[in-house]
Amino acid sequence: MEHEKNFQKNDQFALTMIPGGFAKKMRTCIIFQIFRFIVINLKMLVVVSKSH
Amino acid sequence: MARLVVMGGGVSGHTAATFAKKWLGKEHEVVVVTPNSQWNWIPSNIWVGVGEMQKEDVIFPLAPVYEKAGIDYRQAKAVSIHPEGKEDDDTPFITIEYTGQNKKGQTDELTYDYLINATGPKLNFDATPGLGDGNGQMGSHTVSVCTADHAVHANEELQKIFDKAKAGERQKILVGTGHGLCTCQGAAFEYIFNIEHEAKEAGVRDMIDIKWISNESFLGDFGMGGLHMKVGGYVVSSNLFAESLFAERNVPWIIGAHVSKVEEGKVHYELLDGTTGVEEFDFAMLIPPFAGVGLKAFAKDGSDITSKIFAPNGFMKVDANYNAGSYENWKASDWPRTYQNPDYKNIFAVGIAFAPPHLISKPAQSVNGTPINPTPPRTGMPAGIIGKAVAHSVCDLIKNGENAKLHEASMAEMGAACVASAGKGVLDGTAAAMTVYPVVPDFEKYPGTGRDTTYTYGEVGLAGHWIKHILHYMFIYKAKLYPGWTLIPE
Ligand SMILES: Cc1cc2nc3c(=O)[nH]c(=O)nc-3n(C[C@H](O)[C@H](O)[C@H](O)COP(=O)(O)OP(=O)(O)OC[C@H]3O[C@@H](n4cnc5c(N)ncnc54)[C@H](O)[C@@H]3O)c2cc1C
Repeated sequence: MEHEKNFQKNDQFALTMIPGGFAKKMRTCIIFQIFRFIVINLKMLVVVSKSH
Repeated sequence: MARLVVMGGGVSGHTAATFAKKWLGKEHEVVVVTPNSQWNWIPSNIWVGVGEMQKEDVIFPLAPVYEKAGIDYRQAKAVSIHPEGKEDDDTPFITIEYTGQNKKGQTDELTYDYLINATGPKLNFDATPGLGDGNGQMGSHTVSVCTADHAVHANEELQKIFDKAKAGERQKILVGTGHGLCTCQGAAFEYIFNIEHEAKEAGVRDMIDIKWISNESFLGDFGMGGLHMKVGGYVVSSNLFAESLFAERNVPWIIGAHVSKVEEGKVHYELLDGTTGVEEFDFAMLIPPFAGVGLKAFAKDGSDITSKIFAPNGFMKVDANYNAGSYENWKASDWPRTYQNPDYKNIFAVGIAFAPPHLISKPAQSVNGTPINPTPPRTGMPAGIIGKAVAHSVCDLIKNGENAKLHEASMAEMGAACVASAGKGVLDGTAAAMTVYPVVPDFEKYPGTGRDTTYTYGEVGLAGHWIKHILHYMFIYKAKLYPGWTLIPE
């Protein structure tokens, strides 16, 4: 698996998590990201309004 | 007619001055004293530093904006504060030294009824031998992205590295913090990911080793003691989130590091365990530690009262609890609410200029006694919100008298959004978007993590990247006071 190769490159990397193919695909999947865009913006708006 | 003088026209000072002028109208005077002729949207310097934006994209001239707003703009730096006036006149005043407007080098006195200190940080390069040039400026061994000009220079040096890598010469890049007491890890974090992205785009990633060095005791501390966020049904530490981002990009890290000396192509550092090391580099971007800008203060009789008004690090004392003691005793309520100076009630400090009561991260020092811990970040959103709240207070004091209730904006009740993007393309960039609420953890209100995990979260993707783009245009639009600017939140 391509994404798993980095675990071996450094002892530090072996102790963390690395996203797999699906997680990476979702990062640039336009439809999913439009949905996330709306969710993140709504959350940010709540944070902004709670902060003022 | 009352006069408000704002020292510093950056994120918080510009916000304070423009709102104050809007609320006070023509009846009262607002003066901005700031040495820069251009306003800089600092977060986008990162993109200038990798050549994805030009300097002109992140700056604009202040004079026309202030003229339109009716703000008296002095291109000058504030030098000293005289809160009791002078022997024969009780009117408080500041002294300024012009840096432009055809008066360069000339000095002047400016009286005030209310004073807001928004002078931000002094980039204290000289705190680390070799990081500075010995005259207060950045040295020649490393680069910085803290100002637009620094970022232009950083990109020029970076492109040379890419050219060498293209020619088959293996290159080493080091990014992080240049001292054990730095803050602003987020900026370096964003820069390293942008470099990594650009190296890939340029087809030279395999020829470049990229490494992180920082004073955080764990990766993902960010000067906030880390944070916990909801990811995939779990509540996880930002440590795991940050380490994952680095591992995915094949970027190893050195943490808990105090950079003690910089030489050509070499960084000397001390770690928390007391060991020392040397890291070689062909290109290094190291954030300098921040200090106050070195304003002085004098009493009526001319005696020096700088230490009464300012903390030893040069930041201005406000209504914080500076006697909280050790880490175990720290509370969210130690953090200031009104930003009023305790001794002079007509003086306020906003943004980076106010002295925090203590760190947010757990204090740490090496076994040799060298303090190595991030100092508290005061990012754009808190700087803007605090600037606006203080402007509101000053307007109420002017309009309703000195007993008017002050507006409050505690960093322990305020969130911050941090979007660290990599790349600039609309479809190929991604970003780590993080929101934290509140910035200063409140373990009494949120036992366990100190924060509200519904609103403290992070994720990687295009969505965050789009938000970063929108923020760039939105904040420059707002700072230019274009129609509807007051509707855009800080
Ligand atoms: C590279 C980088 C990236 C960043 N990215 C982000 C981000 O993505 N998100 C975020 O929220 N924050 C980010 N920040 C932090 C953000 O830029 C700061 O929090 C913000 O600028 C602080 O505002 P301020 O008004 O306190 O200081 P500044 O914006 O620095 O303004 C201070 C002003 O005071 C002026 N001044 C200095 N000395 C004097 C004097 N003697 N008299 C009068 N005026 C003086 C300066 O010229 C300047 O105009 C980043 C910072 C850096 C360096």
